[in-house]
Amino acid sequence: MLAKRIIPCLDIKNGQTVKGTNFVNLRQAGDPVELGKAYSEQGADELVYLDITASHEGRKTFTELVTRIAEEINIPFTVGGGINELADVERLLNAGADKVSINSAALRRPQLIDEIVRNFGSQVCVVAIDAKEENGEWTCYLNGGRVPTDRGLFEWAREANERGAGEILFTSMNHDGVKQGFANAALRRLSDELTIPVIASGGAGAKEHFRDTFIEGHSDAALAASVFHFGEIPIPQLKQYLYKEGINVRL
Amino acid sequence: MRADRVVFPGQGEDSSAMAYLKAHRLDEVIVNLKQPLLGICIGMQLLCRHSEEGDTPCLGVFDAEVKRFLPQSHEEKVPQMGWNEINVKREELNVKREEWNVKSEDSVHPLLKGLGDKPFVYFIHSYYVPLCQETIGVTDYIQPYSSALHKDNFYATQFHPEKSGRVGEQILKNFLDL
Repeated sequence: MLAKRIIPCLDIKNGQTVKGTNFVNLRQAGDPVELGKAYSEQGADELVYLDITASHEGRKTFTELVTRIAEEINIPFTVGGGINELADVERLLNAGADKVSINSAALRRPQLIDEIVRNFGSQVCVVAIDAKEENGEWTCYLNGGRVPTDRGLFEWAREANERGAGEILFTSMNHDGVKQGFANAALRRLSDELTIPVIASGGAGAKEHFRDTFIEGHSDAALAASVFHFGEIPIPQLKQYLYKEGINVRL
Repeated sequence: MRADRVVFPGQGEDSSAMAYLKAHRLDEVIVNLKQPLLGICIGMQLLCRHSEEGDTPCLGVFDAEVKRFLPQSHEEKVPQMGWNEINVKREELNVKREEWNVKSEDSVHPLLKGLGDKPFVYFIHSYYVPLCQETIGVTDYIQPYSSALHKDNFYATQFHPEKSGRVGEQILKNFLDL
């Protein structure tokens, strides 16, 4: 049986890991390669590295970091942040990334999904969606959650699925950083409507939250950052807990 | 070709990959290799007789037809993406085999030895190889299928050993020790 996945997410700025609460107030949390190796040893199933640098120089640093990660890490990893065109995707895949995560660029120009799929296959294309629920409506946001769009979460996710995306990584802005659990009702609807895997993101604060998103949210994978970086939830204990709760995980 | 071992990896689409091999006459090179070769993911699929993906005649080392996963329920998403178990114990493989082409008392194929109790490996694919004479590892997704194959000097895994943590490293080490 296919296992449910636990995915630590590392935000990278100028080659270093950082993590904010509600997308602001960044704190240092270690060397990205060392941290990734430690997670891999602990039983993380995949890693996500998000480049939050804006500058051209920062992009170059990040690409060099991706090469180092590929050399050192023996589990799959996704990279994202600042991918605007096919050339960015090609650069990161050539550096050794297994998948790329696209967000704002796909919302601005959805054909980018088709281009990635046609050139590199569905399996490399993760569409990340930041969305916020207001008055019962889920709205997609651009630029790390700063700019609202006129796209709804569910119709955009369906379009991404139809264009050939391999996975959806959904971050609830209402839940992110609050540590009160994942957006399971929305996740469940996404997972039940789409034919591709859904990664839950935003809201992990306790082991129970992971169980709940797998059971109630029908999520295929769960992503978190600070609870792992600051050792609040050690991955081996989390996986033992999930296993005892009857969830199929890789021990 | 003086290499001691050959790895035939990849990800992509079967018909275009096959067209590329033919354009570079690598199809003839590969089937005539005598040293141990390890096909990975699409590399394994291309070593089969034919693939449904693009209705593609392939290299024909393994006498098997590559088929597309057909989900039976909504939980069964395609592609299969993530970690799944491989069953490597010969007596549990639901395949009739005269021998492993190796010592008959071995209960596990040498490529897949030393992996521990419930070995999980990393998969990412939409097409699969059904159980066949050459099956040495079985995985269950929608139905049991071949996650590893062996015939003569040709070895193959549907999963990515290079992305499968310590289990994957053990398989690569086993391949080098063959």
